[in-house]
Amino acid sequence: MSDTSLSYVQLETITAKAPPPAPSNRPWTPVRIVGTTWLTLWLLSGLGILWFLLNSNHVALVFGGDGLLPVSITHNAKFLIKYGEKFVSGFIVTLQLVGIAMLLGVLLSVPMTFMRMSKNRILGGIAYGYVYFFRGTPLLAQVFLIYYGAGTFRIPLQSVDMWWFFRDAWNCAVLAFTLNTAAYQVEILRGSIENIAKGQWEAAAALGLPKWLTFWKIILPQALIVSLRPYGNEIILMIKGSAIVAIITIFDLMGETRRAFSRTYDFQAYVWAAIAYLVMVEALRRVWDLIEARLTRHLHR
Amino acid sequence: MNELLTLLSFGDLGWGDEIALGVGMTVSLALASLPIGLLLGFLLALAKKSEEPSLRAAANVYTTIFRGLPELLTLFLVYYGGQILIQQVLSLFGEFYFEVNAFIAGMIALSLVFSSYASEAFLSAFRAINKGQYEGASALGMGYAHTMRLVILPQLVRLALPALSNLWLILLKETSLVSIIGLADIIRYSNMAARTTKEPFLFFSVACAIYLVLAVISSGGIARLDAWAKRGEVSR
Repeated sequence: MSDTSLSYVQLETITAKAPPPAPSNRPWTPVRIVGTTWLTLWLLSGLGILWFLLNSNHVALVFGGDGLLPVSITHNAKFLIKYGEKFVSGFIVTLQLVGIAMLLGVLLSVPMTFMRMSKNRILGGIAYGYVYFFRGTPLLAQVFLIYYGAGTFRIPLQSVDMWWFFRDAWNCAVLAFTLNTAAYQVEILRGSIENIAKGQWEAAAALGLPKWLTFWKIILPQALIVSLRPYGNEIILMIKGSAIVAIITIFDLMGETRRAFSRTYDFQAYVWAAIAYLVMVEALRRVWDLIEARLTRHLHR
Repeated sequence: MNELLTLLSFGDLGWGDEIALGVGMTVSLALASLPIGLLLGFLLALAKKSEEPSLRAAANVYTTIFRGLPELLTLFLVYYGGQILIQQVLSLFGEFYFEVNAFIAGMIALSLVFSSYASEAFLSAFRAINKGQYEGASALGMGYAHTMRLVILPQLVRLALPALSNLWLILLKETSLVSIIGLADIIRYSNMAARTTKEPFLFFSVACAIYLVLAVISSGGIARLDAWAKRGEVSR
């Protein structure tokens, strides 16, 4: 491309605007004092927790060692050596519980959503009652109802050879969490499907597409994008909620923490658990944001 | 059937009166946490929408922590951590034995969690209020306090109410966690009754039913509150 062919283009470069002047020294308003003090307090408590963790593992610097460096780090991390592995296994149990419950919840929530949205009064009523019950009662009560409550029906359950299932705390926890998350997922899915403009259905009908194809190819993809964020929140709620299975003798992250604390009375057990949960939830939040940004990139301008 | 009804009756034979006490405990814990949580949440929202970066960052750290921790863990951190901390401080002054009250610990933990979620509700309500409202109030010569009280807050309540009422229902359910640190709420009494009478399904069903009833009552209250908050819109 030669310059002559673009002669009508203004060749003069438009000079960029000068950047705004560097911010002058901001005055110490009361708001700034409060904010800085608060932030300093967070920093101090962070350092305090770090000091507490180092101190309870007897980490110390020893000068004049015979190694490569004149300084070496000694520690006596009895707690971590004894319980570190158990924490990791508890972490895995938590992830397994949430993963299995979420997957089974997806499988259960799809037919339930259809029931909830169906015009059949009975089917709709059943789904409504199910969703209302599991969203309206505490997860802890649901877990107790299934795990302890199954004991009432021990003999009938034994007669149909289902007792082995309810005798095991893990099965009961998975069942309770699945039923709970499915109820929330029904509402997520229903909300996002009903939010799709009616014109989408009508346009597809005008094109002669059958209803199931419209749903599968037009409605569902749009609905899933809308429901991406609530699904992410639901996973986070599940991770946080899963801590209560420790009460029914499942050794998830919280269960291992409680066991370690009850044996040693070492408070670092709870501090490590808090760090693990925070990292887990925060990492998931960040990753989910990335996934959402990627999947909705065609919607941004 | 009659036996089951006897178990639920009030009096020496039944567990009705105990469970009623538990309901009182659950409701009072939720009601005690609500105002603290609302106030903290409102202040946090103010901090988050402030122009001061350090204040915003500090408020965001708060929300990240208390929204990321499981509620049960927050409760344990407050209950056991508070116990250890106070014990340490007191031991500086001599020998004292101090036990953290489970109700207070529950109240603090639930308020911390509630406020971090409520701050988000308030923040999005603040963002929904048009800038012109502030400018209009300023044009009328109103100061910050006046603008807040007469112009912003009434709209804020209306805009934040749906999210806040959702949080209230969550709070009501979360109070069940305090049964684990020994507070005698619905779940605690149901558990005791279930163990004593060997009728776990009955008592946990009753507990679930009570929570449902509380949710229904709350929904009724919320609907009236919503109508009150929207009274300006209706008359138009």
